[in-house]
Amino acid sequence: MIRVVLPAHLRALAKTGGEVLVEVDGPVTQRSVVDAIERRYPMLRGTIRDQSTFQRRAMVRFFACEEDLSHESPDSALPEAVATGAEPLLIVGAMAGG
Amino acid sequence: MTGVRVLVGTRKGAFILTSDAKRADWTVTGPHFAGWEIYHVKGSAADPNRLYASQSSGWFGQVIQRSDDGGTTWNPVGNQFAYDGTPGTHQWYDGTQHPWEFKRVWHLEPSRTDPDTVYAGVEDAALFRSTDGGTSWQELPGLRGASGQLWQPGAGGMCLHTIVLHPSNPDRIFVAISAAGVFRTDDAGATWRPVTRGLKSQWELPDPKAEVGHCVHNIAMHPSRPDVLFMQKHWDVMRSDNAGDDWHEISGNLPSDFGFPIAVHAHEPETIYVVPIKSDSEHYPPEGKLRVYRSRGGGNDWEALTDGLPQQDCYVNVLRDAMAVDSLDSCGIYFGTTGGQVYASADAGDHWSPIVRDLPAVLSVEVQTLS
Repeated sequence: MIRVVLPAHLRALAKTGGEVLVEVDGPVTQRSVVDAIERRYPMLRGTIRDQSTFQRRAMVRFFACEEDLSHESPDSALPEAVATGAEPLLIVGAMAGG
Repeated sequence: MTGVRVLVGTRKGAFILTSDAKRADWTVTGPHFAGWEIYHVKGSAADPNRLYASQSSGWFGQVIQRSDDGGTTWNPVGNQFAYDGTPGTHQWYDGTQHPWEFKRVWHLEPSRTDPDTVYAGVEDAALFRSTDGGTSWQELPGLRGASGQLWQPGAGGMCLHTIVLHPSNPDRIFVAISAAGVFRTDDAGATWRPVTRGLKSQWELPDPKAEVGHCVHNIAMHPSRPDVLFMQKHWDVMRSDNAGDDWHEISGNLPSDFGFPIAVHAHEPETIYVVPIKSDSEHYPPEGKLRVYRSRGGGNDWEALTDGLPQQDCYVNVLRDAMAVDSLDSCGIYFGTTGGQVYASADAGDHWSPIVRDLPAVLSVEVQTLS
């Protein structure tokens, strides 16, 4: 199982708390993980990535293993530690100053 | 129980204010959707328990929420607003053409007869409709065919913020778009045309009488007289007696004819309300006095309504969707401010008191009269 930490607003929207566990068949990538999140929590469609272009929303970031993976290809393999469930994928609302 | 339910959208969530018909004691619930911008919440006239809310965020985009129990519980419904076909382009700030890009839903207008049918006015300006309770949305693309390539965003964005449904003719709809104007369809949304003759924007447009480009802020109609429309424009309060074909100014003795909302009394179709704002560069009441102005004669002759409203050091704004009326006898008037107050008058504006004082900045106020 893949562990995912959602930002607070999306946890509230999905009516879930803490980490989310999703199952991914095949390569573990940003795309396949977000696909799995959206299958399990359809109310999150459009909140992490655009529903038409599938591009990450501008102010959403993907972090894992102390790395910013936001600018990686959505089809690049996520770190092994995420794929094995040792580390979570963090989906983060970007800092916006203030 | 007869009473009212006031639906308040704010910068940080939605609030629901309820009272019995006396409108003296209020119960406040919320925030619903805490931390999200709630541009608009509106109930269905066909089923008062059916509510729709536009929930958005600069981080996470657009969500549409629906309640089937009067706002006690909510569930997200469809949030995919895909422009019809190839979206095309509109005028951009630098004079180039810019592709249409969906940003948010400003206004939700439920059908008067079918709780599952609801219209959404969006930014970048377009009109969408759902006939399945918000599960799916389809654009009415004919609107953008009405000179859409000439529209350009104003400072607040290129938003479709006002939707007025004809009370008995489902083929006729009016919409208003910031910095574009007011448009009418007579064939249920298939085709549209600007209805702006008589509008003058000498400070905003190179051609003050251009067909498109006028910054319409809000439009109101009384259902008993659907050919009579009242408009708060960027500057000027306007009136049409022929369904928008011609407009004439009714600003009269207002201290400023700049403002955002306009509303019509529930039982007196010639009694109208505006909240004058000092200017387009100073978005607060003239002289620091928060005054609602009422005309009982359809415009031109206005009286200040001040009892219970702050008359010194008040520098809030009242946004375009933030004033509404109930249909009790006597008519109740409600408005919300960017300072987080929601004021109510249970006697058509003669006396005011705040229902709440310290909400986040109020974006919208709608009222349901319950029986």
